[in-house]
Amino acid sequence: MAQQAVRNSFWKTNQKALAPWLFLAPGMIMFLIYVIFPIIESIYISFFNWDGLAPAHISQLTSKEFVGLGNYRDLLDDDSFYTSLWNNLKWLVLYMLAVPIGLFVALFLNQKVPGIRLYKSLFFFPFVISQVVVGLLFSWFYAPGFGPLYAIIKSMTGSETAILASDTMATYGIILAGLWPQTAYCMILYLTGLNNINPEQVEAARMDGARGLTLLWNIILPQLRPATFIAIVVTVIGSLRSFDLVSIMTGGGPYGSTRVLSYFMFEQALSEYGTAMGYGAAIAFVLFAIMMIFISFFIYRMLQQERNS
Amino acid sequence: MFPKPIEKSAPWVQTAYKLSLPIALILWLLPLIGIAMTSVRPAADLAAGNYFGMPSGFAGVENYSAVFKNSNIGYYILNSFKVTLPTVLFAVGLSCLSGFALAVYKFKSNLIVFFMFVAGNFVPFQILAIPVRDLSVQLGLYNTTMGLVMFHVAFQTGFCTLFMRNFIKSLPFALVESARVEGVSEFKIFWHIVLPLMRPAIAALSVLVFTFIWNDYFWATVMAQDASVKPVTAGMNELKGQYKVAWELISAASIIAALPPVAMFFLMQKHFIAGLTLGATKG
Repeated sequence: MAQQAVRNSFWKTNQKALAPWLFLAPGMIMFLIYVIFPIIESIYISFFNWDGLAPAHISQLTSKEFVGLGNYRDLLDDDSFYTSLWNNLKWLVLYMLAVPIGLFVALFLNQKVPGIRLYKSLFFFPFVISQVVVGLLFSWFYAPGFGPLYAIIKSMTGSETAILASDTMATYGIILAGLWPQTAYCMILYLTGLNNINPEQVEAARMDGARGLTLLWNIILPQLRPATFIAIVVTVIGSLRSFDLVSIMTGGGPYGSTRVLSYFMFEQALSEYGTAMGYGAAIAFVLFAIMMIFISFFIYRMLQQERNS
Repeated sequence: MFPKPIEKSAPWVQTAYKLSLPIALILWLLPLIGIAMTSVRPAADLAAGNYFGMPSGFAGVENYSAVFKNSNIGYYILNSFKVTLPTVLFAVGLSCLSGFALAVYKFKSNLIVFFMFVAGNFVPFQILAIPVRDLSVQLGLYNTTMGLVMFHVAFQTGFCTLFMRNFIKSLPFALVESARVEGVSEFKIFWHIVLPLMRPAIAALSVLVFTFIWNDYFWATVMAQDASVKPVTAGMNELKGQYKVAWELISAASIIAALPPVAMFFLMQKHFIAGLTLGATKG
């Protein structure tokens, strides 16, 4: 009885301090086990030479041999690594086109005519489809012999270009496929932003004679800043995460020319023939480090917003 | 409103705008329209080089039933549901709890925990893959639906917590305060006062997570080997190899694989967009 009373009063007095941790516990434990610890473990593995045979035999992996920064040194001598890095940069730069194009499409659709809602949803459509399907759609689009784009290029220039079989063009072909859903995403962010613009400010600026691009640049874009911020965040992250399209459309080929770090890592450590766990972990860490630069910047901005509100 | 409302323009501009809408849409959806058309073409059309012209007949029924008959796509779709639905349930459930904790309580490490969830949600999958697969093997969850669900729940909790926390922050805090003054316990505050107000957020997150998980390809490839476990995204890659140049079948399979999230989107459009654009208007 007495103990019960003590426990009750302990709970009563400390309820507010303990409650948040009880609410957090299930989600946080899962997140620690499956996200935070694996990051640390991957970094640890990257210092070892560790070969597994196939996923099925993963529990009978060969023993690990500590090689320090050996895997990273090997990376610096690996041409595939530079190809992947260079392609990641292409992705990052070209993927950013989704932001202005998304804004353009949003401006085009931001009208009130009958049926416009349906148009908006149909323009957004590509984002809902999985990238696997997007990859197949564009493979067909580019297909030599009968793909629509192939036919268009042939009728215009007379040359027969198999985009995905060309080691100079394939990466651009894949990025174009990626831009399709990404532009749709940015468009919907901007449409929502445009919906919430302060109409009085716009009218006042119009009274003062602001038109077209001046109005867009000086009045509208500043008000769209939150939308622009999120559009940039999701586009940067999306570009560096690109994996699905590369895997579906070219499998890294031709001659490894479309590899990106994420796919290169998969080939080395996770695919059917990939056995180099340590090497793969080192590639993953490089990608992680690049992304952390951006993530830290985003977090810093969000933290500032938190402090201001 | 920006740009200038079109009804204030000259009539010819209005007509031009209304005409340009369907043209732009057709161009925008050209790859999709092409695939949809291909999926109902008779195989003979493709063999004869008729890829764009009018189909010589409607072979939709044949093509679609051929896909179901001679491939595992039925299983793959079922597997996708078996992975997606529990993930939605648990990820949204856990994040209701953690989002509540981070939104309502002031404690020292609040922001650190919050940003751990946010940052974790952005990391590349490859940095997780080797240890997660290893862990799943040790737990006996490799190549099982359960293994995929566990990982997805954990990972999605990051994004969902961010979402829920911001949503609860926008609710009037006075509700919680006055309940506390009345002596209502913390759990009852969550259950009876906050949770009922979270319904729109729960709906929005559910459709979003459904789409994300359904469309996941990386983990489906890394964590599942057998046709009895493989979700449809990983299965599609296999079908692509199996059908090679039978584009009418690949097209039909693509449409089938895309259908559930598309249906979800059109049924729950308002929630879907509300979820996706959270934060695009303020902050």
